Amino acid sequence: MSTATAPPPAPPDRTASASKEEQPYVELGKKRHTGAKLAGIGIFWLVMWLVFHNQMTRALGLQDTTPFHEWLNGIRDWVQLHGPDNWFFGGVLGFIGDFFNAVFEFLQKLVSIPAFPRPVPEIGWLGVVALATWVGWAVAGLRSTILVVVTMLLFGVFGLWQDSIDLLLVTIIAVVFCFVVGLPTGILMARSRATSAVVTPVLDIMQTMPPFAYLAPVALGFGIGPTTAIVLTCIYALPPMIRITEHGIRGVPDTTIEAARSLGLTRGQMLRQVQLPMARRTIVVGINQSMMAALSMATIAALVNGPGLGKDVNAALQIQNIGAASVAGILIVLTAIMLDRTTTAASERSESMGRSGVASVSGPGVMLAGVVLERLPRWATEEAGKGVRQPRLTSAGRWLVRGLWLIPTLVLVYFSRQQLILAQFPTRDDWPFLKYIDGKTVTKLVNDFSNWFIDKVDTFTLALKNDLTNWLINPLQNLLAESPWWTMALVLLAFAYVLGGWRPVVTTLVCEAIIFGTGLWNDTMITLTMTIFATVLVMLTAVVLGVAMGRNRRADTAIRPILDAFQTIPPFVYLIPALALFGASRFTAIIAAVAYAVPIATKLVADGIRGVSPTTVEAARANGSTKWQMITKVQLPMSRNALVLATNQGLLYVLSMVVIGGLVGGGSLGYIVVSGFSQDQLFGKGLAAGIAITALGVMLDRIARYAAERYGR
Amino acid sequence: MTATQSGAVEKTTSEGTPALHVEGLWKIFGPKGDKIINTPDAQLSRKDLQAKTGHVVGIRDVGFDVAPGEVFVVMGLSGSGKSTLVRLLTRLIEPTAGTVELYGEDITAMSDSALLDTRRKKVSMVFQHFGLLPHRKVVDNVAFGLEVRGEKKGERRNRAQEMVDLVGLSGYENNYPDQLSGGMQQRVGLARALAANPDVMMFDEPFSALDPLIRRDMQNEVIRLHEEVGKTMVFITHDLAEALKLGDRILIMRDGEIVQIGTPDEVVGAPADEYVRDFTSDVPKSHVLTLKWVMRAPDGDPGDGPVLQSNQIVRDAARIVLDHDGPCRVADGDKLVGVVDDMDILRVVVAEDEG
Repeated sequence: MSTATAPPPAPPDRTASASKEEQPYVELGKKRHTGAKLAGIGIFWLVMWLVFHNQMTRALGLQDTTPFHEWLNGIRDWVQLHGPDNWFFGGVLGFIGDFFNAVFEFLQKLVSIPAFPRPVPEIGWLGVVALATWVGWAVAGLRSTILVVVTMLLFGVFGLWQDSIDLLLVTIIAVVFCFVVGLPTGILMARSRATSAVVTPVLDIMQTMPPFAYLAPVALGFGIGPTTAIVLTCIYALPPMIRITEHGIRGVPDTTIEAARSLGLTRGQMLRQVQLPMARRTIVVGINQSMMAALSMATIAALVNGPGLGKDVNAALQIQNIGAASVAGILIVLTAIMLDRTTTAASERSESMGRSGVASVSGPGVMLAGVVLERLPRWATEEAGKGVRQPRLTSAGRWLVRGLWLIPTLVLVYFSRQQLILAQFPTRDDWPFLKYIDGKTVTKLVNDFSNWFIDKVDTFTLALKNDLTNWLINPLQNLLAESPWWTMALVLLAFAYVLGGWRPVVTTLVCEAIIFGTGLWNDTMITLTMTIFATVLVMLTAVVLGVAMGRNRRADTAIRPILDAFQTIPPFVYLIPALALFGASRFTAIIAAVAYAVPIATKLVADGIRGVSPTTVEAARANGSTKWQMITKVQLPMSRNALVLATNQGLLYVLSMVVIGGLVGGGSLGYIVVSGFSQDQLFGKGLAAGIAITALGVMLDRIARYAAERYGR
Repeated sequence: MTATQSGAVEKTTSEGTPALHVEGLWKIFGPKGDKIINTPDAQLSRKDLQAKTGHVVGIRDVGFDVAPGEVFVVMGLSGSGKSTLVRLLTRLIEPTAGTVELYGEDITAMSDSALLDTRRKKVSMVFQHFGLLPHRKVVDNVAFGLEVRGEKKGERRNRAQEMVDLVGLSGYENNYPDQLSGGMQQRVGLARALAANPDVMMFDEPFSALDPLIRRDMQNEVIRLHEEVGKTMVFITHDLAEALKLGDRILIMRDGEIVQIGTPDEVVGAPADEYVRDFTSDVPKSHVLTLKWVMRAPDGDPGDGPVLQSNQIVRDAARIVLDHDGPCRVADGDKLVGVVDDMDILRVVVAEDEG
């Protein structure tokens, strides 16, 4: 029934303001009296559009460049020519690049590429699988271990062993970097207000920037190749680690800190013995978040010739080979799930670290565990507290058990160095049964299926795509992209003012100036069109799903795991099914963006609805509200804050995906970024597009954020 | 606690270094608190000062002495500054002005390292919300204070185990705090505070988060521990019944100022102002007042009734007085100080039924 809540998104050209007034919570959270102002802006806009239609739009052909782009090209040329001698590019960046490159190559030779003079890596596939299994078991327990084994074996079975391992290596290098740099930074920020005040705005900007915006500047400094991919991944994965560490350390209750101070702890003791142990679980969550960010960036980095599975997806997308893209995509998703589950299990474990040990297994497991524990040396076990039956392992005891398991692992590593079949993953020639499940077979299966499916649903998807494109996207795009640039600039400023007051107006003006300066005004407006359209779709979906989840426990239990699963998928992978269903078009990019942003927005809405005070809900029910009245008059208005936050996050997610969608026909800014890497003379333009994306993101974020401040409470 | 009560009163009046000596203690919250102290603004009321300067007076010119072995209760409603006061005593919050001396040592003038040492060895605290470390077992929580001051593992384990036994948690030493009930967790807090063998123990509303029955148990536990280990205790509470039950002397605070300091019977028998009177109006007076407060001057012949001591609680004396026909004599030591008869007793008992 809730579908009825949201009137179908009205053709935005005429009634943008009116529709916003009707559903103040879906779009941007306006109050009623702002309706008149918005209507005024809308009329001005429409009139200007009618008068100046298609004039002064600042449109720029794909191959055309501006002096600014040429200037950027000049910088690139200078860097390529003189960079190596320059203290910064050659010295600082060169050193960083060489360092990462050396580490990466060392690891590659260890596990993924032939280590000369050997024809195979130092450790063969069996050894790698065994080591990964041991690590998974040691940090995360049995269930994650099974996932690790299955995933790693599929790497080989699908014939993408080297690329899969390369992707893992890039991700792991980045996570280690983030841990080494991010943890101390986070701790410093938690303990010093000044540091926090300086670093936080930087992190804000970093997290507002869509991944695509990072590509060109980093490529400028590090060239194109694995080094750039690693640096990109490190930069992108760093903010979550710092943020969450700071949050974790600050989250230690004041009462505990005070009690510890009263015992006379020094600052160092406080950190080591109180704050870090208590923030341990949160810090592991930080590693998890950082790892997921690293993985998504590592796949995107394929566009700057980064190593790993992203390369395979990208290559397959270029020739629209859905099957091949899917095979790589499946492995990326499995990798994501594997890393996510392992680190999540590790964080859950770190909570109960040293508590229940093996004794938490049930049934025959308990007996077995009991027998095993009995036989361990005295220092390895201890009496558990009252009410816990089994003795448990001490921390030293756990390491003993882990050490014992390392022995067979190392034996497998040894074999994998000796036997070719255990070093290089067998193909269907070696093991004939692989022909039923290997990469080629799956590629064909997926292609067949997708052809059959598209055949069946083609009429439907085509109709959907064409109707939405003709009736909604095109009119909106006409209005945004065919208005004179100064009209759009004024309209955006007016929106910023009406929604958020003077402060976002300043930011908007600066961002507009930057976008104008990049010479990509028109393309930015097209990207903005797609972003707005996708965000509206996201919020409609999020409100429907979120209300259902917030009101109904069972809906929540059913939907939430799906959303969780969606959230672990790196954005790059979303393109594959969207492309399969809708072919290469703007609409495809929008659909991918919607799919990418819906989970986070839905969760925020659901949490908002759930957060409405039960007393109020009860009171409304006592007043005789119908279900419908309850939703529209109590629950949605009261979760305004969450709705605005969901819109803000939805916008940023959509924007980052819409530009990635440039790869599958989305065009505009995202495509310009990509062409910057494939065509030499367009590098400057690509770099400029990255800047425009950032400016657009910051602008939208600030408007939404100040609007949230104003209307959220 | 009746037994210690009279003793403590004497102790405070006796000579010697007090366990805790507080003088002219101020805390003004805000960036320029120290600049306000010596200006006329400091004399403004809390509200006016906040309106004028944005600073809030937490503690205003507080001074008192605590004798060794005494249980000194600070009581007041929330916002009265009592929790701030106890934190100023060990500089968990820095005082704006004034001195705090612990057995003659000036805490307010201490260097940071000396202060750490004091916190580690001489003063320990028990908190309302326990402040236990969830990642450590009970015994390790108790031993934590010993660990930070660098004691060897074996020694501190033994000491911690003793303390665990002392507070009645034997057998739970290997549990984690979240496996224990609130009352048990506070016992851990108590054991941790005791483990350091401090000169002074401070309690910041330690039982406010516990339910009434457990709270009573814990109060009795504190009384027992006080009898066993004889520590000087500073006890913060907002519960008058608790204050009367535990305190040798009670300091009543309002808006950061001292309203009254006195023994329980003084507070109930001679409230300093309406605020205290209001506070104490619900207290069963016969449980608190001593005969000193109900006796009359021995006009004429004191008679030959039984001799009672003037510091005896009315309730305890009631049976004897009521059983005896005619007035009983009240003495302070050997000296006759007054007489008391049925009417005097009943006036106290009946008055509180009316109230």
